[in-house]
Amino acid sequence: MSSTARPWILGLMLALMSALPAHAVEPQERLADPALEARARTLGAELRCMVCLNTSIDESTASLAHDLRVILRERLSAGDTDAQALAYMTARYGEFILLKPRVEPLTYLLWFTPPGLLILAAGMVGWRLRHRRIRPQAMPLSADERLRAQQLLEGQ
Amino acid sequence: MIAEFGHFSLILALVVSALQGVVPLIGTARRDAAAIDFARHAALVQFAALAAAFGSFMYLHVTSDFSVLNVVQNSHTAKPMLYKISGVWGSHEGSMLLWVFMLGLYGALVAALGRELPASLRARVLAVQGLLGFGLLLFVVLTSNPFLRIFPPPADGNDLNPLLQDPGLAFHPPFLYFGYVGFSITYSFAIAVLLEGRIDAAWARWVRRWALLAWCGLTIGIAMGSWWAYYVLGWGGWWVWDPVENASFMPWLLGTALLHSVAVLEKREGMTRWTILLAILTFGMSLVGTFLVRSGVLTSVHAFALDPARGEFVLLLLVLIIGAALALYAWRVPRLLPGTGFDPVSREGALVVNNLLFSIGMATVFLGTFYPLFAEIATGARLSVGPQFFNATFLPIMAPAVAMMVLAPMMSWRRGDLGATLRRLIPAAVAAVIVPLAALAVAPLAPIFAYGGLALAAWAVVGVLTDVAWRCRFRDGGMIAGLRRLRQLPRRLIGGSLAHFGVGILVAGIAVSTAWREESLEVMVPGQSLAFAGRTVTLMEVTEGQTDNFQWQRARLQLTGPDGTIRSMAPERRFYPVAGSQTTNTAISTNGFADFYAALGDPDTKGGWVVRLYFNPLVPWIWFGAILAALGGMIALVERRVARRTVPATDPATVKP
Repeated sequence: MSSTARPWILGLMLALMSALPAHAVEPQERLADPALEARARTLGAELRCMVCLNTSIDESTASLAHDLRVILRERLSAGDTDAQALAYMTARYGEFILLKPRVEPLTYLLWFTPPGLLILAAGMVGWRLRHRRIRPQAMPLSADERLRAQQLLEGQ
Repeated sequence: MIAEFGHFSLILALVVSALQGVVPLIGTARRDAAAIDFARHAALVQFAALAAAFGSFMYLHVTSDFSVLNVVQNSHTAKPMLYKISGVWGSHEGSMLLWVFMLGLYGALVAALGRELPASLRARVLAVQGLLGFGLLLFVVLTSNPFLRIFPPPADGNDLNPLLQDPGLAFHPPFLYFGYVGFSITYSFAIAVLLEGRIDAAWARWVRRWALLAWCGLTIGIAMGSWWAYYVLGWGGWWVWDPVENASFMPWLLGTALLHSVAVLEKREGMTRWTILLAILTFGMSLVGTFLVRSGVLTSVHAFALDPARGEFVLLLLVLIIGAALALYAWRVPRLLPGTGFDPVSREGALVVNNLLFSIGMATVFLGTFYPLFAEIATGARLSVGPQFFNATFLPIMAPAVAMMVLAPMMSWRRGDLGATLRRLIPAAVAAVIVPLAALAVAPLAPIFAYGGLALAAWAVVGVLTDVAWRCRFRDGGMIAGLRRLRQLPRRLIGGSLAHFGVGILVAGIAVSTAWREESLEVMVPGQSLAFAGRTVTLMEVTEGQTDNFQWQRARLQLTGPDGTIRSMAPERRFYPVAGSQTTNTAISTNGFADFYAALGDPDTKGGWVVRLYFNPLVPWIWFGAILAALGGMIALVERRVARRTVPATDPATVKP
């Protein structure tokens, strides 16, 4: 139905956040060990709050994001490495949760196109530089043109 | 009555746009002077009708006419006047009305200001602009009529999304739309020149002006949006690579490429074909952005399928507008001879590299934005592509572009001397080494990109200043003579240098604020103090109150510096009862070099409050840089009239016999 009020441009991404106060990680969620907490913050920024629009669990205020932050911290406290913690979250919630998609056949096109284009462009520029004419030669004038130029110079 | 008048004006604009799109083309084909001249009048009449429609819609919002559905959905009597006005473009219907209004505005500007253009070229430009107007007006009239009535009218409205009730955001959409709809005119110029079959420096001069005008608007619009995100969202971020941000960034990237390639066309009659293609694609990206934001495809393909009418209409328009242009391009461009040749080591060569990098950068943003959608359609798999992807791929593409930016203006046209240019850049290279080393010495260790960013910023800032100093020949005749020469430099050169200088400032802001930001997150009770970023922060009190529009809770924080200076900050939480939503109003205390940023969070049961503090060094430079860039654009826009360049006897870029 066209009567649903659509917030315009930037409002769209906030539609889901707007019902909640805009605060992310809460003090009581934090781990006592600062090094572990720092890892949790970095990993949290790589995990998507699944019910929000393009927001990581680290920034989101949704209750799901809170739950995911707690789960993530439990895994890290239990001794998971970063990769293990991410694998745990992916196994439970699917690839969708990873804001930084894994390099796998489905994402080869995504990950390799930009560097591929850059290499291609560098190749083109390099080729032009190697095959540059030493001195771009101006086309010599024909006899007629030389005569005409002479006349012009003499003001005729 | 006013709503019907507005609706009628909108339909009138639609009819006029159809005539504007057809009659002048018949006129140019038959060489009928009256039909050619019709374009100018039609463009002015169409704009007048659009202005009447837009004015009526604004009147309905300002007077809170709740017999109109859109006003009910996006306004409320208790709102301040500013947000009654910004509610005009706060909805889908209103923002599309703004879109077509801008389209008409650009048409009218060309009609009013384009006296120097050849009559047939101007008629064709306006005809294409008319056709674009017809397509988009049809969209508005058929799927997004802002003037629908509601019966019975309710006593009051549903309020505007409280997050949009912010002065910074009130004026963000008009700038943004002024920018990305502005690229419609370069599109129209591209189509017109393909129809004409001949291209020259005069065309390039016009396209450059219009592209520059649109680019300035877009730059300011994007900067305002990012500033708003920074101070409203409450966690100090300013760019998250959200699809709605990318929607405006993609036309900006191609528009920037266009500005640089059209300079080659104007000065050297080179890169003709590529410039025309860029002019088409830049507006294409504006439409892609409109599609992204307007279709609901962002949330997921399923949301798009639920309400497909609008999305499909925009997609159809996009395919028609771009498809037709590319077909015309393929057919007609062989008639335009390619531009003059140049050595790869030359200013043209450097600008080609700029264009390559900006195009690849745009392609990367496009790929990242649409990949989840393509993957879901192709395989059903749901993927996310977040900031980590964009930072890892986009920044390495843009870094060489920033490095080249310093080099290009110092090279001569046609054939440059790389050795001499690099020798002139020795001070910049020295700065690029010293600044990161200094950061290493005084600041805590940061990730490697921070030092790379600092090196790049130093290279850019010092390089641009060296270039200007060299052009003014300060060594030769001293300060006074140098300053006199500075005043005599062409405005486009001053503008360009200022814009590039701004980019250097921006890069410094990004690198430093990302690497050295500090954060504190604590529950504080009134009277409590904590040490943060070399200051003592005390929560003095938390007070509560109410206005017509919202209820608020306000903390008073006191910042005591190491030298005993005291600054006070007052972050707020607001609750909007009509919309039923909570927002934060952050407090920012800045000295132009660093921001102290405070946000007030939830209370706990024991009388404490969550207080979030950030120290963001150099973050204001991000917006200073963007403003300088836009200012540079404006200076280049008001270039003094220069003597017309004489056209060479054998114009290389005209029709083949």
